[in-house]
Amino acid sequence: MKDYILYWVDMVRYALVGSRTYYLWIGTLLFVILVGMGAWGIQLRDGFIVTNLSDEVSWGAYIANFTFLVGVAAAAVLLVVPAYLFHRDDIKQVVLIGELLAVAAIVMCLAFVTVDLGHPERALHLVPGIGRLNFPSSILAWDVIVLNVYLLLNLHLPGYLLYKHYKGEIPVKALYLPLVFLSMGWAVSIHTVTAFLYSGLGGRPLWNTAILAPRFLVSAFAAGPAILLIVFQVIKWRKTMEIQDSVFDLLRKIVSFMLPLNYFLLGCELFTEFYTDSAHVISAEYLYFGISGHGKLVPYIWSGLVMGIGATVVYLVPALYQNTKLLITASVAAVIGIWIEKGMGLIIPGFLPTPSGDLVEYEPSLIEFFVSLGIWALGIFVFTVLARVAIAIQEGNLRARKAA
Amino acid sequence: MKKDEGKNTQDRMGRRLKKMAEIKMAETSTRRGFLKTLSAGAAAVGIASTTSGCATGSMDKFFQKHYKEMTAEEKEKVFARISEETQKNYDVDINLKDPPPVPGARFAFAISLSVCNGNRACVHACVKENNQGRDPAIQYIRVVELDRGTFNLEEGDIYYEGEVPKKDKFYLPMQCNQCDNPPCTKVCPVEATWKGDDGIVVIDYDWCIGCRYCMAACPYDARRFNFTEPEVHRSQINTNQSYLSNRVRPKGVVEKCHFCLHRTRIGAMPACQEACPTGARKFGNIADPKSDVAQIVRNKRVFVLKEELGTIPNIYYYFD
Repeated sequence: MKDYILYWVDMVRYALVGSRTYYLWIGTLLFVILVGMGAWGIQLRDGFIVTNLSDEVSWGAYIANFTFLVGVAAAAVLLVVPAYLFHRDDIKQVVLIGELLAVAAIVMCLAFVTVDLGHPERALHLVPGIGRLNFPSSILAWDVIVLNVYLLLNLHLPGYLLYKHYKGEIPVKALYLPLVFLSMGWAVSIHTVTAFLYSGLGGRPLWNTAILAPRFLVSAFAAGPAILLIVFQVIKWRKTMEIQDSVFDLLRKIVSFMLPLNYFLLGCELFTEFYTDSAHVISAEYLYFGISGHGKLVPYIWSGLVMGIGATVVYLVPALYQNTKLLITASVAAVIGIWIEKGMGLIIPGFLPTPSGDLVEYEPSLIEFFVSLGIWALGIFVFTVLARVAIAIQEGNLRARKAA
Repeated sequence: MKKDEGKNTQDRMGRRLKKMAEIKMAETSTRRGFLKTLSAGAAAVGIASTTSGCATGSMDKFFQKHYKEMTAEEKEKVFARISEETQKNYDVDINLKDPPPVPGARFAFAISLSVCNGNRACVHACVKENNQGRDPAIQYIRVVELDRGTFNLEEGDIYYEGEVPKKDKFYLPMQCNQCDNPPCTKVCPVEATWKGDDGIVVIDYDWCIGCRYCMAACPYDARRFNFTEPEVHRSQINTNQSYLSNRVRPKGVVEKCHFCLHRTRIGAMPACQEACPTGARKFGNIADPKSDVAQIVRNKRVFVLKEELGTIPNIYYYFD
């Protein structure tokens, strides 16, 4: 027990000490987080009137970011599987970072859902035993459960392995391996359930499609590894730790399969919508082409498509992807493209036109922008600190002191 | 519940009643006994309320139980607190009641689209009756103006102006359908909204967390969110209020039409029905075969909105 407390003390102390660049980085993030909290404070005081949400478009930037980030969290499984199922040592070296990225992503998800609540102080109503969690009827209740369990899994696994490493002991397989396998299935479940949130609604034809969950998983398995590729490249550039080329190779290959698959599935969706050309096509029409002078999302969605398809080309052509800088640029474009497509590009048109024929356009207000920015900063902050401490322990720079 | 007497022509009514019975059965068998009480231990977990209301009573408010879990005395306390708050914030004495569902009743509307002329008297009567926020304005009823020859609601116009009825148009009032298979209550993560025994879908405004999932789920555009503290002038407040219907709502919760349950559960008519100058609206207990609505559903060619979604609405439309 004493060792365990020391472990935490050591980690916190390590996180508090760093170079000037580190302080500057952390300081900037904390500042943005504070700005975000201030903006959220205004929203709490004045109500959602400070957002651009409406009765018509009742979910916006918050839920869009939430949806995207569940995918990022789920993508950790793409490192967990090769590391533990195929015993690839190169991946084992970085798998903890993948899991910690999942932690940061889930923290952001929970934050985005919280700021989307009209009454966040009533969140206790969601706690089984204290509140009345509407399980199994409400898919949101399922989401609350799967996300929190996934968070715990991804906190426990790196936490336990690092603790053992810190003490210089060999981890007991029975204490983590079963949970590793559980987390593989669980990763798929979080994004499936999140897709079911939307696809289960008969009144929203744009979302009411069986391929929404597969699309979510595929786009997550494209954007997630692309983010990991960027993160690992930064770690490599900063020489924080050694990462083998084979890791980059694996991630690139995964993305090069998933990106085309993502656009294939999107194509299937678009074919069904536009070829059928029933009354239900109107939401997709609004999104891609605009209707009767309303079309705020049109440039937005097309820019996302161009970025995503451009990235796909880079990922598929050897002469292009062999250029590291181009590959990283393509990864950034892929991430933004997917963020647009499955974020606001999916959520907003699902509401439009409303069941009574109303077309209310939406774009986030400044308050929504700053709250969202603050949450992204929070996630990056969480990830920076966790990854920094984890790498230090893994590289042997942070170890338990021998008993005095 | 009485089975329908007729055969072929009363097909729809029969199907409906059958479905109603089925849902009733399913409800009883799946209703999980979540009758838990907030233990004193859990109550001791001190988490500060983030939305700072008035200091007094804010702890009571924070730990207030779900409507269905409150005892009669607890309800009395809550009602007293709400009355006090309204007195403080709006300087009016209210009469806050909590009429229970009428046993065996199934409230429904039958609206004649031949008669409705789009004058929106119902919309405004509803706002007055139900203490909706005036700015931003919350309206439960949306009257959709449609071109004759189409029935595509998504191409309707709710912002029509000028003299009504316009030539070549017809008007369709939309509000909560109090569906027998409501998609909104199904998705609520905290059971803050549920279907009462008389078919009215109600909301516990003090339990709603404001996630707005129900708004996404509703295919009839029936639910509204309180984007601010509702702004109602004290002179405009209807003091005849009830906990689950028209009391002044807190900000950050969802609300919607509740068939004026504070009136209809004690035998009166809903405000929209009383206000309608054309007589297009008929309201009543459809489980009573002698009621207007039951007779209309039996004898007219009625239809419901978006029947294909399987929501089983309780607002019937017809043309005379």
